[in-house]
Amino acid sequence: MTKINKSRKTTVYIVAVLLSLLFIFPFLWMVSTSFKTQDQIFDAPMELLPNPFVTDAYRELFTETDFSRYFLNTIFVTGMTLLGVLTSSSIVAFGFSYFKFPAKEALFKVLLATMMLPAQVTMIPQYMLFDKLGWVGSFKPLIIPTFFGGTWVIFLLRQFFDTVPKEYAEAAKMDGANELKIFFRIYLPLAKAPVATAALFVFLWTWTDFLNPLIYLHDDKMYTLSIALHRIASGTHYPNWPVLMGGSLLMALPIIILFFTSQKTFINGATISGIKG
Amino acid sequence: MNEYTLKVRKRTFKRESVLGVIFISPWIAGFLIFTLFPVLYSLYLSFTMTGEGGHLKWIGLDNYLRAFGERDFWLSIKNTLILSGIGIPIAQIMALMAAILLNVRMKYQGLFRTIFFLPSVVPAVATGLLWKWILNPRLGPINGFLEELGFSGPGWLIDPAWIKPSLILMSFWGIGGTMVIYLAGLQNIPDELYEAAELDGANSRQRLKSITLPMLRPVTLFNTIMGIITSFQSFTQVIIMLDMDGGIEKSGLVYGLYIYTNAFRDFKMGYASALSWVLLIITAVSIAITMKVFKDRDK
Repeated sequence: MTKINKSRKTTVYIVAVLLSLLFIFPFLWMVSTSFKTQDQIFDAPMELLPNPFVTDAYRELFTETDFSRYFLNTIFVTGMTLLGVLTSSSIVAFGFSYFKFPAKEALFKVLLATMMLPAQVTMIPQYMLFDKLGWVGSFKPLIIPTFFGGTWVIFLLRQFFDTVPKEYAEAAKMDGANELKIFFRIYLPLAKAPVATAALFVFLWTWTDFLNPLIYLHDDKMYTLSIALHRIASGTHYPNWPVLMGGSLLMALPIIILFFTSQKTFINGATISGIKG
Repeated sequence: MNEYTLKVRKRTFKRESVLGVIFISPWIAGFLIFTLFPVLYSLYLSFTMTGEGGHLKWIGLDNYLRAFGERDFWLSIKNTLILSGIGIPIAQIMALMAAILLNVRMKYQGLFRTIFFLPSVVPAVATGLLWKWILNPRLGPINGFLEELGFSGPGWLIDPAWIKPSLILMSFWGIGGTMVIYLAGLQNIPDELYEAAELDGANSRQRLKSITLPMLRPVTLFNTIMGIITSFQSFTQVIIMLDMDGGIEKSGLVYGLYIYTNAFRDFKMGYASALSWVLLIITAVSIAITMKVFKDRDK
């Protein structure tokens, strides 16, 4: 960490505060717009404070659109994805870390390589496959593939499992434990921190995902928040900004809350995902 | 070693192999079904078109040749390259400067870092809508502010000349993720290097040029590559802000959007598959060039 003298420090403070204001302003604008009336937006657009302060936008979201349903849909898809990715990836990561078998490292290299593949290349054949299976228009294409492991999570957990001392497993073996027991009783409990990191990022990616729900969800009753907001925004020629900002805020809120409660994990994870390549 | 132990070893080895493969089998199955098969099938599709009755017809290189003659194809490539070529370097410099700033030991350092990082966890759809609103020429706060200073602001997203600057401006709000990686890189630079330089009388600019930047080179390379991958595939915020055609005069028609509309609006799966292979090749070539530039500079 850099140490500098006092007059310099003042400059650094001023710059940091100014930049922070710039970074935080869009948030304030989002919150403030969501509590404004349409009239204020047209008559006095520059006022930051809502005057009058109304919650019409939120009422409208929940009465004139099916916002609570979109919320539940998003929770459902995200929850199932978490379940799918975390169970399958931890088992696979344990397999890559604990056992010795031919071509293991070559296979792991293949796994790493798939992280580099643009989604656009696999997206079209996947769609055609799910279309053949009759899954398009259901949650299945979003959920079922997650039970086959997520590459980033497998990578993250394997890195961790590799650091677990072999002696732990040897001792358990002496007591007659089989591999499944070693996985559940020793490796998994030790991996709480990396699993939490993985869970956080999988949550973030799934909750905010736009492309997959856009391709696969066609029924208004099944929309996730990102698709619902897109449809609400493009549905009318004159967007209702208080409603759109209120909806955006509600969608971002769970992530912002998570961020404040587990900031360290977030930033460490961002750094790990940075170092992975 | 007698024959018996050898047999036992062989058996345990075999057992271990079988167990290992069983444990990783979900990924193997997923890889075959959701990655390998789609990759191969996509390559095949790129040489076909959907004929009568939905049957695939082999047309050789026609999809690729057609793309090269298509105005929108070149336009989307041009737009993507302009957005990346200008946006990525500026974003890198800004993220690095922010990281250096927030690496200074001071009060509220954690708070500042939080504020800078927070926008990068906001959902892309919400970011797109928010910036569409902020950049609103008549009612948005940016033009309102400019007006109060006596300027008349640009049309932003409704002016084809300002669409790209608008998208680049919005991308700066999300530099927090890159900044965090630079911060980690800065913290890995040993203090002794700076102390030694200080003893030699190096001023802060010299320290930046001869210690910080060279030591951060691998991080910069990594961030640039990640920037290229993300930028070449950019889609969500553009479709939210500009709709499917990429705005007025298609000034924001990026390549990701072009693939999407061909595949899922026009259902030209063969053509769109060819486009996706072109994307893969352009990305790989760009990464290779970036790596070479970084390597040559090292010499």
